[in-house]
Amino acid sequence: MPGPVQSIERAAAILRLLAQGSGRLGLTEIANSLGLARGTAHGILRTLQLVGFVEQDEATGKYQLGAALLHLGTSYLDVNELRSRAINWADALAARSGEAVRIGTHLQGKVLVVHHVFRPDDSLQTLDVGMLMPMHATAIGKVLLAYDANAAAALHDASHDGELEQFTRRTVRTHREMSRMLATVREHGWASDVDEAGMGEAGVAAPIRGYGGLVVGAMGISGATERICDSGGRPRPDLVGYVRDAARAVSRDLGASRW
Amino acid sequence: MTQRYVMSIDQGTTSTRCILFDQRGRLVSVTQREHKQHFPRPGWVEHDAVEIWRNLERIGPEALAQAGVGPGEVAAVGIANQRETTVLWDRRTGVPVAPAVVWQDTRTDTMVDELSRRPDAHVVRERCGLPLATYFSAPTVRWLLDDIPGLRERAERGDVLFGTMESWLIWNLTGGPDGGVHVTDVTNASRTLLMNLRDLDWDPVLLGFFGIPRAMLPEIRPSSETYGTARRVLPGVRISAALGDQQAALFGQTCFHRGEAKCTYGTGAFLLLNTGTEPVASTHGLLTTVGYQIGDQPAVYALEGSIAITGALVQWFRDRLGIISTAPEIETLARTVDDNGGCYIVPAFSGLFAPHWRSEARGVIVGLTSYITKGHLARAVLEATGWQTREVVDAMNADAGIALTMLKVDGGMTADNLLMQFIADVLDVPVVRPMVAETVSLGAAYAAGLAVGYWPDLEGLRRNWHRAAQWTPAMDPGRREEEYGNWRRAVERAFDWIKPTPG
Ligand SMILES: Nc1ncnc2c1ncn2[C@@H]1O[C@H](COP(=O)(O)OP(=O)(O)OP(=O)(O)O)[C@@H](O)[C@H]1O
Ligand SMILES: [Mg+2]
Repeated sequence: MPGPVQSIERAAAILRLLAQGSGRLGLTEIANSLGLARGTAHGILRTLQLVGFVEQDEATGKYQLGAALLHLGTSYLDVNELRSRAINWADALAARSGEAVRIGTHLQGKVLVVHHVFRPDDSLQTLDVGMLMPMHATAIGKVLLAYDANAAAALHDASHDGELEQFTRRTVRTHREMSRMLATVREHGWASDVDEAGMGEAGVAAPIRGYGGLVVGAMGISGATERICDSGGRPRPDLVGYVRDAARAVSRDLGASRW
Repeated sequence: MTQRYVMSIDQGTTSTRCILFDQRGRLVSVTQREHKQHFPRPGWVEHDAVEIWRNLERIGPEALAQAGVGPGEVAAVGIANQRETTVLWDRRTGVPVAPAVVWQDTRTDTMVDELSRRPDAHVVRERCGLPLATYFSAPTVRWLLDDIPGLRERAERGDVLFGTMESWLIWNLTGGPDGGVHVTDVTNASRTLLMNLRDLDWDPVLLGFFGIPRAMLPEIRPSSETYGTARRVLPGVRISAALGDQQAALFGQTCFHRGEAKCTYGTGAFLLLNTGTEPVASTHGLLTTVGYQIGDQPAVYALEGSIAITGALVQWFRDRLGIISTAPEIETLARTVDDNGGCYIVPAFSGLFAPHWRSEARGVIVGLTSYITKGHLARAVLEATGWQTREVVDAMNADAGIALTMLKVDGGMTADNLLMQFIADVLDVPVVRPMVAETVSLGAAYAAGLAVGYWPDLEGLRRNWHRAAQWTPAMDPGRREEEYGNWRRAVERAFDWIKPTPG
């Protein structure tokens, strides 16, 4: 068992300090109060600023608690903001894959569609934004289940006797089967559904991450199984690559550095 | 090496963007950087042109790095820019003689008032298709020439150059003081009040009217043509297009045929209708402007409905009132209520542009009662964009004699589903977003790629256009009419606020 992480302890101390008194302190005051070198304090403050826990006043250069801290209890990223930030890459993914693109977040055991780009063939399609999709039968849902503990718990609560709703004979049936599948999703970094939400329909999805790697949503393509999958019934590797690249590009824009 | 990409530079009012596109018009990488907005006095809005150039120096190479390509793989670069914003700089040092004066700046209002009272004031609209307004460049140039001692002499000698942002960037990219190319394109020149709309050249009568020396003006070139080769930032890349951002969006939406129109929703919103190779004068408050010119082909003209404040109202809600912390949260907040609660916001922050052109109007919020929450206000913010669109579409339909059957939209606000649905509802026609929301950038890239043969023709580009989303009208007609009536009454209350200066 490793000991406490020093920089996290120091970050916590800085936040406590800023939460006291007037709440606005300069770099020197903070460094002096905690007995840190200015460089060290500055490094920690910069990181806290990056994740939104600390803000710096432009005029005075003083630091204060950031808005993100005040909203810790509520949703981390507004879904309408997620759409705004992802729209360019979602378009590019639809253009590249030739399939419809959706972005989903978790809402009470379901996938909430927060963005939808039509399949680029100019056929008649209707906008799905605001609709709910099942979690355990869609690639986007599986990604959310794999990376969001709250989503997984909500699904568990929603299904009685551990039985999951069946849409086709290929829909995942039990929670045990589901756990195995989610382990694979985490191992590969993407998920798929093949004839699970409806026969002849398939999808591929990957996680969208924010600061620190927190998964804030999932982005995926869906379409006819014969287009999404190869002759072996597995999602085509080129499509998987496009989906992962697009989700990574959004994550990078949202500030996730390592993914 | 094969040239696989085309780059666009979108030098906007709030930020500069660099995007790489591939042959199918798909976005490959994007970088962006905001610049500071300076408000030194009420009504004044300035940018630092050097800061904008520095931003480009940074994001240009970043866009290449993001895609992992070198400048050798870029076939050409095209520039789209915030229109009318004026830079004057020293040809020898490359240093601006004053901060750039932004299109929203109203410092010239008294001068414009005086100019419009001159007996020969009618020459302006006749020759350039635009009304005399602070919005356009010529009054600003005149103001600077009067304001800075000795500037007029230096300008007459050709030592001080005028340009809108595309001229400034092209001059710097091609070497700056060391052989920089001083050019503008027909679309940008059409917004100065100095270009003859038919000849597509500087008009001596207009130059005389505003007292602006020809020696300081750039050469007017087609929108799609190679102006030179970059020597800095993107060394060796051909600079092959320039268009005002709104015209670039028309091009990016592939509105190449007469009768095709688009509306771009950003800081303001701009509805442009392709009117073919003849300029059409509006009788309903729209502007006549150049849409684009490809090489030595005839120029294509457009009718424009300019709305000054749409996204800027959302920004105001965020930055000045602090009710939301990001622009998209306006939708979240608006969805907390079912309707506007009887409240309307008319954002006449710098008067009202099309179709009213009332510079003395100022913003109003009407229908306030104790019942109104911030949710209702957020609705009213979004609805203001919808109703302003309805007004310019009505004007466009009246001018064109036929009604629009669908509205093609683009720009940052198209990410707002509630707003897009509302626009479909109040226009009673479907609203369609294409697969590339960054249509301004796409248009600049298209024009550049065409100039160098990266894309063969316009029809090929049309095939890249795909519908990404569509919103279908669903509002009860009775309610639509009632709400529109309320909006119009609200607009009347914004009129006549600023009192005329005596004398
Ligand atoms: N989801 C949203 N809902 C409403 N308004 C939004 C939303 N997202 C962005 N905006 C508004 O859209 C504008 C940004 O769009 P865009 O980037 O197209 O602007 P722009 O006009 O091109 O910027 P520039 O003036 O730099 O060219 C901002 O004014 C912002 O307030
Ligand atoms: Mg713009």
